[in-house]
Amino acid sequence: MSHIEFRNVSFRYQEDSPWVLKNVSFTIGSDEWVAIIGHNGSGKSTIAKLMNGLLFPQEGEILVDGETVKPDTIWNIRKRVGMVFQNPDNQFVGTTVKDDVAFGMENHGVPREVMIERIQTSLEAVKMQDYEKHEPHRLSGGQKQRVAIASVLAVSPQYIILDEATAMLDPKGRKQIMRTIRDVQEEQNLALITITHDLQEVTEANRVLVMNEGEVWMEGGPRDIFSKKDQLKEIGLDTPFVSQLAEQLGHAGIKLSREPLHHEELLEELWTFRSNM
Amino acid sequence: MNSSMVIGQYVPGDSVVHRIDPRAKIAVIFFFVIIVFFANSVMSYGLLTLFAVASAASSKVPLPFIMKGLKPVWFLIIFTFLLHLFVTRQGEVLFSLFGWDIYEEGVIQGAVLSLRFFLLILVTSLLTLTTTPIEITDAIEELLGPLKKVRFPVHELALMMSISLRFIPTLMQETEKISKAQASRGVDFRTGSFKDRIQAIVPLLVPLFVSAFKRAEELAMAMEARGYQGGEGRTKLRELKLGKRDFILFAVFLLLVVGLFVTRN
Ligand SMILES: Nc1ncnc2c1ncn2[C@@H]1O[C@H](COP(=O)(O)OP(=O)(O)O)[C@@H](O)[C@H]1O
Ligand SMILES: [Mg+2]
Repeated sequence: MSHIEFRNVSFRYQEDSPWVLKNVSFTIGSDEWVAIIGHNGSGKSTIAKLMNGLLFPQEGEILVDGETVKPDTIWNIRKRVGMVFQNPDNQFVGTTVKDDVAFGMENHGVPREVMIERIQTSLEAVKMQDYEKHEPHRLSGGQKQRVAIASVLAVSPQYIILDEATAMLDPKGRKQIMRTIRDVQEEQNLALITITHDLQEVTEANRVLVMNEGEVWMEGGPRDIFSKKDQLKEIGLDTPFVSQLAEQLGHAGIKLSREPLHHEELLEELWTFRSNM
Repeated sequence: MNSSMVIGQYVPGDSVVHRIDPRAKIAVIFFFVIIVFFANSVMSYGLLTLFAVASAASSKVPLPFIMKGLKPVWFLIIFTFLLHLFVTRQGEVLFSLFGWDIYEEGVIQGAVLSLRFFLLILVTSLLTLTTTPIEITDAIEELLGPLKKVRFPVHELALMMSISLRFIPTLMQETEKISKAQASRGVDFRTGSFKDRIQAIVPLLVPLFVSAFKRAEELAMAMEARGYQGGEGRTKLRELKLGKRDFILFAVFLLLVVGLFVTRN
């Protein structure tokens, strides 16, 4: 029962406009980390918005923990499905960090004493506890995104969707957000759905959904997905640098036993490759 | 954009005046504004002035900041005084200036009206000097609370104010960024005729508006995603509580009112 399920979901923004999602079905477990990739306009953000009832499908059904997403269930579902958007500024509602973290809890009618406690713990989870009283214009983009994550955590959801949440950050901010996300997922036993163009981020997920023109084009572990380079190239998607390097090594006659996902794995492959000779 | 940028005139501090509940401050200032018009004797004006000056002093706001708040109205104060000085023709002629008779009543009326002006501005600017805009917003939401019964959108109004406060610095940063970008392309905002300058500002305003609308749309989406559904059933983190010092203020103010009516003639 504990999962998000898309059952033959089709969606279009207007009656006469083309379908943005075509008969999409998949399931995301309540402790999984799923990455959704695909080129711009392939329908990734639309999927995210369908998951917590910002949009409703014309055909098919979306279930969150067994409950169908429809107008009279969304308030309950939005407690369980949190969302972090791309632009750090345009999702910061409060005048200070503390007020922003409180915003979601205020909406859900959380009592004040509980709020104070949860502001503390969720800011600690993203290492922003020293910035409680800061206004948003005194924070970097990465810090604002960490506050956005804390705001979502404060409502204690089961699923967190990050829709290109690192896209507008510099490499340092991006790394910090990724570390935050990893820590949170390890400690709090919740599901992560990350929509991203950053391939290094994708390698950390348990499972990858590849979207293409409104359809689930491929589904599998990151290793499987990145070993299908030719198919990915067909729809204009790249593979991580390490993966490309492995391919070039393959052309040069050095066949590795498995698709490496990061530098350490590649090194290990090369090491065992040499010792096998 | 420096990190200490503050919106409005707020001067940070932790004096008694800063710590008074914003609702109490607004209420007292509201009634002060009314009773100023009841004063009609030297003593009653003296009492009001004492209250205003003592409040200003205990706020510990440096004098230059207070003067800055008064700056836009100095002209009005002086103008009011001069107007009465030259126009009023009652009482004895005191002296004659450049062949124009100055009457006793003129001096008195001019002084009284200028003093009233001064008191009103001093006390009201003390509110914005010692209260953060967000505190004022909270206080307004609470004070207007009863209007919810007649379907006045009190919560929405307060939320609108607090979101504006939150986005003013962001939009200012953005304006600065765009104007620098335009300046680097040779657009000149500072010189040229009025028409030229207006024309230079258009390419600044257009991207600013476009981005503001995009922000508004995304913000609305983010608020909804975080479960916002209007004021109903909402709890609040920021809480206003009347304390001992607020009741002391009420007592002092009550004494002032009594004193005023005793010293009136
Ligand atoms: N609000 C909208 N109104 C109409 N069409 C939209 C809207 N948002 C997105 N689309 C269209 O839907 C398609 C999928 O968009 P989206 O889900 O945002 O893709 P992605 O996030 O993968 O880039 C695109 O063709 C886009 O133009
Ligand atoms: Mg998108």
